[in-house]
Amino acid sequence: MAKRIDISGLNVYYGSFKAVEDIGMTVEPRSVTALIGPSGCGKSTFLRTLNRMHEVIPGARAEGKVLIDDEDIYAPGLDPVAVRRMVGMVFQRPNPFPTMTIYDNVVAGIKLQGRRRKSELDGVVERTLKSANLWGEVKDRLAKPGASLSGGQQQRLCIARAIAVEPQVLLMDEPCSALDPISTLAIEDLIRQLKERYTIVIVTHNMQQAARVSDRTAFFNIAATGKPGRLIEMGDTHKIFSNPDERATEDYISGRFG
Amino acid sequence: MSQPRTPPNGARDELSMGPAVVAGRRPRGAVWDALFAGLTRTAAGLVLVLMAAIAAFLVLRAVPALRKDTVNFFTATQWSPDDTPPAFGIGALAYGTVVTSTLALLMAVPVAVGVALYLTHIAPRRLAQPMAYLVDLLAAVPSVVYGLWGLIFLVPAIGPFSAFLSERFGWIPFFASDGIFGKSMFTASVVLAIMVLPIIAAISREVFRQVPADHIEAAYALGATRWEMMRTAVLPYGRPGVISATVLGFGRALGETIAVALVLSANYQITYRILTPGGNTIAANIANTYGEAGHNGRGALIASGLVLFAITLVVNLVARSVVARRKDLSGAQG
Repeated sequence: MAKRIDISGLNVYYGSFKAVEDIGMTVEPRSVTALIGPSGCGKSTFLRTLNRMHEVIPGARAEGKVLIDDEDIYAPGLDPVAVRRMVGMVFQRPNPFPTMTIYDNVVAGIKLQGRRRKSELDGVVERTLKSANLWGEVKDRLAKPGASLSGGQQQRLCIARAIAVEPQVLLMDEPCSALDPISTLAIEDLIRQLKERYTIVIVTHNMQQAARVSDRTAFFNIAATGKPGRLIEMGDTHKIFSNPDERATEDYISGRFG
Repeated sequence: MSQPRTPPNGARDELSMGPAVVAGRRPRGAVWDALFAGLTRTAAGLVLVLMAAIAAFLVLRAVPALRKDTVNFFTATQWSPDDTPPAFGIGALAYGTVVTSTLALLMAVPVAVGVALYLTHIAPRRLAQPMAYLVDLLAAVPSVVYGLWGLIFLVPAIGPFSAFLSERFGWIPFFASDGIFGKSMFTASVVLAIMVLPIIAAISREVFRQVPADHIEAAYALGATRWEMMRTAVLPYGRPGVISATVLGFGRALGETIAVALVLSANYQITYRILTPGGNTIAANIANTYGEAGHNGRGALIASGLVLFAITLVVNLVARSVVARRKDLSGAQG
């Protein structure tokens, strides 16, 4: 299921403002790639171009190439809706649908695909919640509102919702930044399990987290406020954190700025 | 949110109730607080007193007339309170009131929700803003204007459409007709629908606008099309608000007086043939007959007003229970 992503010559604009410039990288299947860098360096913006979620923001556009297993997701005539069914996303703040039960949250994406057979949905709910390490905690209250869970449980519910549709790639935009340390560890454990089946790209401000969960790390930076963000360096996580090639990377990792 | 109260240069912000004030013996704010609390309490109490006074007045004036009534007030369909012996019943009026208002909502709510969705999630911003303003403006137009428009334009214009409905769908009892159209309950419903549409649209728009961007993004990220996003995130979230808006619109339609009086040729019969002239509503009947009513007639009209009050109350209670039943999943986070 997991697929490889090839990005080349990617620029992202908000109106006339160039937010991200000339990104090129390869994301390996069945691995976790962490995007780190100071605030405003365009890592979240870049992440959103991988499932064309930036198009939800008026005036945002991307140019360049993003290939998912050689399929250009910006090919003319390709519907962003089709891209997003292939590339799932988890957000900074847990956002289960408040009007839905836990059960309905998990199958929300599946129902959008028109699959509504009860027996099938039941199976998906159990399987997915087990994958998200949430089944044991919620199996007796699937009919309760999704919003009744704790923050960490809600975020695992959102992960379950994203993987229920069996995407090829899972994008995570600072998935733990609104969570307490215990919940954060639970999510990190989950990420390590999920990478056996999915290609995962995660944005994080927490460098220990990047070091703990990722196989490869990409460091983004901006030259100055108002300048576009760029990819400074990308490599194996242990190398980036122990012996980076670039001075800027080392400064950032060692806490000298950012 | 957490901006420093005092600017770094030490100059005190004129608007801030900084620490210097709190440090005083008895903070001046507390006096105002108590005063303000008292004021709001009085205002709230006044509303209750007024309500009770109005209800008492209505009952006092209605009871004598009701005592002299020689037919069953709730089921009878004639209205001759000043005859001897007086005979009047609310049946036809209540029926006409509920039917015209319900029809109006059936027409108005889907359109209003569509307008609200369009303005909040589809229309480009520079079009949405002036259009939203226009909708608000329409909601503020006095009902007599709608009534006049209905009388002068709609009544003649609706004839051919009613004829078409009757010809094609005459086998449905509601659309049966003997060939005369115009000042019918259907016409009244259309006028009411146009009147309540902007209110429902304006309130729904406010609710839809408050759907958190998080939920919209969540739907899109699952691969929802725009319509699917609305069905998944926007409509369920706005549901309680749309119900409230509908009740408000229903209330306005139930109580609408002059517009209905103008476009309906009134009689006191219960008919399901909505395209045929005839029918009446409680409010329109009050407007039409109050001038010529004698002492007993006025009492009878006040009794009819009480019934209208009761209908409105029931509608509100039902709507509230519908909203409350799904409170857990209303989207309101505690």
